[in-house]
Parts: sequence; C-alpha cells; structure tokens
Amino acid sequence: MSAIDAGIVPQPKPESAAPSFYSGDQSLRGWLFTRDHKRIAILYTLSITLFFGLGGAAAAMIRYDLIVPSGELATEVYNKAFTFHGVVMVWFFLLPSIPVTLGNFLLPIMIGARDLAFPRINLFSWYLFVGGGAFVVAALWAGGVDTGWTFYTPYSTMFSNTNVYLAIIGVFVTGFSTIFTGLNFIVTTHTMRMPGMTWMRLPLFVWGLYAVSVVMVLATPVLAMTLALVGLERVVGVGVFDPALGGDPLLFQHLFWFYSHPAVYMMILPAMGLASEVISCFTSRRVFGYKFMTYSMLAIAVIGFMVWGHHMFVSGMSVYAAMVFSLLSFLVAVPSAIKIFNWTATLRKGDIRFTAPMLYALGFVGLFLLGGLTGLILAAPALDEFLHDTYFVIAHFHYVMVGGSVMAYLGGIHFWWPKVTGRLYSERLAKFAAVLMFVGFNVTFFPQYLLGYEGMPRRYHSYLPKFQELNIISTGGAVLLAISYALPVLYLLWSLRYGKRSPPNPWDARGLEWQTSSPPPKENFLHPPVPREAYAYDEPAL
Amino acid sequence: MSALLPDASTMAPRVDVLFWYMIGLCGFVAVGIFATMIYFALKYRAGSKADRTGKHKQSIGVEVTWTLVPFGMFIAVFIWSLFVFARLHSPPAGAQTVYLVAKQWMWKIQHAGGQREINALHVPLGEPIRLVMISQDVIHSFSVPAFRVKQDVLPGTYTDLWFTPTETGRYSFYCDQYCGLDHSRMIGDVVVMAPADYARWLAKNPAPENVAARGAALFRSRGCSGCHGANASVHAPDLDGLYGRTVHLADGSTVIADDRYIHDSILLPDKQVVAGFAPIMPSFEGQLSEEEILELVAYIKSTTATAHQPPSVGSESTHERH
Ligand code: HEC
Ligand SMILES: [Cu+2]
Ligand SMILES: [Cu+2]
Repeated sequence: MSAIDAGIVPQPKPESAAPSFYSGDQSLRGWLFTRDHKRIAILYTLSITLFFGLGGAAAAMIRYDLIVPSGELATEVYNKAFTFHGVVMVWFFLLPSIPVTLGNFLLPIMIGARDLAFPRINLFSWYLFVGGGAFVVAALWAGGVDTGWTFYTPYSTMFSNTNVYLAIIGVFVTGFSTIFTGLNFIVTTHTMRMPGMTWMRLPLFVWGLYAVSVVMVLATPVLAMTLALVGLERVVGVGVFDPALGGDPLLFQHLFWFYSHPAVYMMILPAMGLASEVISCFTSRRVFGYKFMTYSMLAIAVIGFMVWGHHMFVSGMSVYAAMVFSLLSFLVAVPSAIKIFNWTATLRKGDIRFTAPMLYALGFVGLFLLGGLTGLILAAPALDEFLHDTYFVIAHFHYVMVGGSVMAYLGGIHFWWPKVTGRLYSERLAKFAAVLMFVGFNVTFFPQYLLGYEGMPRRYHSYLPKFQELNIISTGGAVLLAISYALPVLYLLWSLRYGKRSPPNPWDARGLEWQTSSPPPKENFLHPPVPREAYAYDEPAL
Repeated sequence: MSALLPDASTMAPRVDVLFWYMIGLCGFVAVGIFATMIYFALKYRAGSKADRTGKHKQSIGVEVTWTLVPFGMFIAVFIWSLFVFARLHSPPAGAQTVYLVAKQWMWKIQHAGGQREINALHVPLGEPIRLVMISQDVIHSFSVPAFRVKQDVLPGTYTDLWFTPTETGRYSFYCDQYCGLDHSRMIGDVVVMAPADYARWLAKNPAPENVAARGAALFRSRGCSGCHGANASVHAPDLDGLYGRTVHLADGSTVIADDRYIHDSILLPDKQVVAGFAPIMPSFEGQLSEEEILELVAYIKSTTATAHQPPSVGSESTHERH
C-alpha cells in the first residue's frame, strides 16, 4: 500500500492494543452461536454479500438478454431471472444491507452500549434471515419463480405454475428477521444509551436506524399477512384476491404497497444517516441543520406510510384517491429535499478531504438527487399514467435504491472498514472504484429514463428494434458497474492480510466508535467513552 | 419532442408540456445543486486558503426557507397536474365505444359495428374513442405511449380509457402489466386513418351484425328472455331501458345501472338483488365469456337508446355513422 493516502491522519500508537472481538472463541461454534453484535454483523455481511452476488448474476442475465430485440434467453428463463433479481435484491440485500451489517456493528458502540438489548434475538434474526434465504434459493433450485418480486394477484395465486410457495415462504420468514431486528434496535436506542448520550446528541446514523426500525416493525407484518393470504388462495382457493373466486385483485396491491412503499424508505433512511456521518467527518464540520436532519427522517418515516397509492394510479383506483395520494407523494419529497440541501450546505466552509468514503457519500447524494427528482415526475398521476410500468420507473428506483443506497452502503463499508477489521485498504483503488461505480451506474441507468419516455415497458423479454441502441448502452454500463462492485471485494479482502494496521481513529472522526480500539474489544470499550454533541468537529478528538 | 416519441392525440401535447416543464425544473435544481457542490468542493478542499469563519454555524432561517420553497413549488405542480389528470379521465361526450378483452397473451377488440380484430385497433382520425376493457384472466395494462395514455385491464371489472387521435399513422400499444410468459408479445398497433380510409376499411371488413345485435341473439339463445322477456311467466325485471337508471335493491340501497352493475348482475346475481324480486336468477359464471357479456351489456344499453335516452354510441351501427 503506497503513499499514506490523503485523509488518513497519522496518530500515536494506541496504548496497549486490547484483545479484539476476533480473538475470543475462534471455532466455528464460536461464530455460529455468538451473541456479540459485532460478530453477528460479520455473519450478516458475509450472507448479504453472497445474496448480492446471486442477485447480481440475475441482473447480468437480464442485461445479457436485452442486447438483442428478440431476447438472448428463453422467455421463461428471463422471467425467472428478473423475479429472482427483484426478490433477492429487495429482501435479501437492500432491505437488510445497512441496518443488519453496519447498523448491527455500530449502533451499540455509537450509543456507548456493550451490545444490543436482546443479543440472542439478534442471533435468531440472522438464522431467520439465512433460513428465509434458503427457501428462496430452494425456489430457484426447484425451477424458479416467474411472478415478479411484486407477486401481483391473480397471476401469483391462480395462474403461475412456478414455485411461488417456496419464494413467499422465504420472504415471509425473512420478514420476521426484519421485525426482530427492528424491535431490537428500538429497544436498544431507548434503553441502552450511556449516561450523557441524550436523544439530541445521537449521531444521524442512529436516528436513521431508529426511524427505519419503526417502519420495519409497523410495515412488515402487513407483508407477512398478505403473503400468507396469497399462499392460502393458492392452496385452498380462499377467494381473497382472484375475482373468479369473488376476490379483489386490487386489494392485494393496496396491501402490498402499504408495505412496499415504506420498504423503499427502509432502504434509504439508514443510507441518509450514514451519508451524514461520512460527509461531516470529511468536511471536519458539524452537519448543517442537525435538528432538521432528524425531523426530516422522522417525517419521511411517517408520511411514507400514506403514499402507497402512487403505485396504483393506473390500476383503476378512483380519481379522487389518486389525487390524495399524489399530494402526499409530493409532500414526502419535501423532507428529502431538506436533506439534500443540508448535505450541500455542510460542504460550505468545511475542510474537505476527498477520501474514498467521501467520494461514495457524494456519489450517493448525487444519484439520490437524480432519483428523487424523477420521483416527483411519477408523483403526478397525469405523468404517471404515461410513464408507469415503463423503464422510466425502473431507472427512477434504481437511482434511489442502487445509486443511492448501495453507494451509501459501500461508503459506510469503506468508512468503518478500519474500525471493523483494523486494517487500511488501498485508497487509490478505492477511489477508482467509487468513480467507476458512479460512471458505470449512470451509463447503465440513464438510458433507461429515455427508454421509458419512448414507451418501453418493464419486464419485457423481447422488445421493438427501435429500443436496441439504448439497451446496448445500458448493458455496456452494467459491465462497468459489475467491475466496480467486484473491485472492492478484491482490495478489501487483500487488505485483511496485507493492509496497514489502522489506528483507533484514522479519519479524525468524532463518534464514540472512534474512541475505542480498531477493531474494538468484545465489550466494545475498555474505558467508558465520553459522550458529546454529535459531530463535535469544533472540539479536538478524544 | 417528436424526435423520441410522436404526439399523436389531443392529450399528448398537454401531458408533454407538463412533463418537459418538470424535466426543466428538475434539471435546473439538479444542475444548481451539482454546481454548488462542485464550487464548495473546490473552494473548501482541505488546505485551501478560503475564509472559514463561522464554520460550524447553523441557521434556522435558511432551513425554513428551503423547506417552504420546495413545498410551494410542489403544490403548484401538483395543482397543474390535477387539471391534466382530470381531463385524462373525462371522455368527451359522444366518444365512440370500442370493446377490448385482454387475455394471456392477446388483445381482442370489437368495434361497435361488430368488426373484430386481434392485436390491432383501427380508428378514424379526430374522433374521440373510448375503450371499455376487461380481462379474462390476469391483470394486463393497455398502454399507447404516443397518446400518453395507459390503463390497467382487470379481471372481473371494466376499466376505460379514451383518446382522440390527431395524427394518422401506426402507433404501438403494449401490455404494461406483467402477465406471464408472453407478456412481451402482447403488443400491437393503433392504426389511425383519415375518415375516408377508415370508411373504406370498415367496408372491406363488413361484420354480419353489430355488437348489440349479437347481444340480442345471445339474450334469446342463453335463455335470458325466458325470464326477462315481455311474455315471460317468471317474475323478473324488465331490462328495457335499464342502462343508466337508478335501481332499488332488496337491501334498501340504490345503485346506478352501469356497465359494471350489469356485468355483476349476470355473473354474481346474488350480490345485488333487485327489490321486489326473488333471487332466482342463476349465475352465468363460467358459461359466458367476457366478450359475450360485453355483447349482452351492449344489447341492454341499446334498449335504453330506443326506450328514452339519446342514442348511446355503443349501440349504434358504425355503418350509419359514415
Ligand atoms: C331464471 C330466470 C332468469 C334468467 C334465466 C335470467 N335472469 Fe336476470 N334476473 C332474474 C331475476 C328474478 C332478477 C331480479 C332479482 C335479482 O336481481 O337477482 C334478475 C335480474 C337481472 C338484472 C338486474 C336487473 C335490474 O333491474 O337491475 C340483469 C341485468 C339481468 N338479470 C340480466 C340477465 C341476463 C343478461 C340473463 C341471461 C344471460 C339473465 N338475466 C337470465 C331472473 C333471471
Ligand atoms: Cu412508493
Ligand atoms: Cu398482458
């Protein structure tokens, strides 16, 4: 690792390196039955990385298919690929990503606690997660599912003859893992804060995790119930959703989006908190508008529950209902706008260091901005009636969820990597990957906005020849994107062995997690940390 | 922006103006924010000599401003979009009805005059067209990007959509709601023809009967007339002139007899029983296809036209029109 990469602050050697949480029981048992939130976070990181690989492989198949108008793959293979891609990426990567990995690792440390409130439940959540994932992989093994991740009825209940059961059981089980994690985080934040760590001193990352936990606990049971009904209709023909049995297919959509719109915010809220940590650190200044940042996250969590109807403007819902949902969807954009402005303002008068995590965080802000703005277009039913279910929507939510959340997640991984592993990685490669990811992402998904405007519908295995050029560009971008995702895996693994050892606070950051050694000891702190205002960059580091 | 997509209906330019206004606004905001970020990034890069007094200052005034300004802008756009949206849902009076039945994986279309087509829809230039749509199986979605319209097509319920084409030519329509294996093959063309060409097309494709006449034949052959006919011995309501009337139900409520009500009366007769009648009507669930039900509905509508109301378009023969 060359050049002491800009941004890393040289520090005196830590007193006596305390035994880290890795040094305890090294056996497989010691890991699989651990109750240490840090070890569980690592178990989760390994599992979601695996799922990201699987979901990414499905995405690669989709982009490969769309190179030619007639489709390179067999139709049913394509349909199963996009279903698997959606199911895995939403429930087994994006939703859990930041909370169960970085959140699990950092939440207790950031509030000065020894562990989460319920360490055993935390471990149990991981088993549920992996168990749910096993069902989904089994569904793939048994031949796949072709309903799309949205499981729209009556297709999913009465028409599809693929392995819908296995898939919904998988999602159902994983839902419980989400609920337990949410409960655990809520209780932890309420009861385990160290003396002096008041609510208004909490880092925004903790606020983001708190807001997302509330959403998880309130929304996920609705999904579980809905999927259970889909299952019942499939087995015993209970007429809930299929009109041929006296059901109402729109009921499914209402229930599903009542969960799934908040789920979108489950993916973005922790990312918002995370970006604030990184941006504040590398500008060495307080986050601009800390209070507005917290209130806006809470506002998003609350209003986010009232906008689900914007997924159904063309479903045949009443015109008046559509108007109300449209208004609320515009309103929920206000707190997001506040956040963008505050991040921008945080740069002002800062001492900006362009480290890899900072590049990721800025990339997050940029892509989230582009995704959010196009969301406003879709919030107007008159425009949604034109763009709904086209590639415009695909581009929109990939900007928010992949451009936004995944960039933030990787920013977080780079930011806390030295803390979690005690090693430094190659800044140069990391910066290159961040820039490549930003470029690759835009090359992949920007053309999809144009495709959507021209009318190309989503979930099409084959398409009219006029859409080919843009599809080829998009597939080319996907190649860049794939490289940019593979790179961090390589250099981060490399750093585990060959990376320089990290001091406790390599970035000169202020959160409590930087007051303990890297990696932290099993009990998180050897000496109690000193809580202060969040982002006390106007005071020296401790 | 005809470079990317033609504007081929009366609504298309209205939708487009709103769309490009939004793109302009979003572009302006995005460029503004990116420019500011880059400016700050350069000016305040670590080690630069820029003035940093008041570095950690916060400002409620600024926060409130940038909360209220977007709020106001969003409300303005919201109101504008409502007007466009309301128009998209108010078909002009006298729109010509075309019936559409979607099934895995094709679109079956029937004109009021009885002409049938599959995966194609011929319409005359400048005439408002109203599609009455239903699905025989799963949810589909009928989308014509060049007209900027789209509507999901549901099983068990009618939905509708209208447009007035303003430009002759062929415009693709797509199924936009994933509906199974050959979802991506559920595409076709709307063919907009000059009125004279359209008349020629109709003449080349004569239909033996119009939709309502087919419905009348079904009404007799399926035994409806045995109960509902004028000489029936069974006590059943007279359906002449039913369409559009207020019906009093046995449970005390009232309902307007529209397409959906008649559809449900045939398939789920026990759901809404007419006051004063015994619920003896059998369900025709599984015995009539959605197309046949559409024909029956058109027939019942046509009796309204002759009974008391201005002629309903769905019942009129297209041949008379031109
Ligand atoms: C066995 C006799 C019988 C047959 C056959 C029958 N109906 Fe009926 N129908 C009734 C009776 C009785 C009612 C009123 C009670 C109710 O609403 O169920 C009724 C009600 C209706 C209504 C609602 C009328 C209103 O005033 O609101 C419609 C529409 C209708 N039938 C259409 C049909 C059609 C179309 C067919 C043929 C496919 C048909 N019926 C066959 C007996 C019959
Ligand atoms: Cu939504
Ligand atoms: Cu379809």
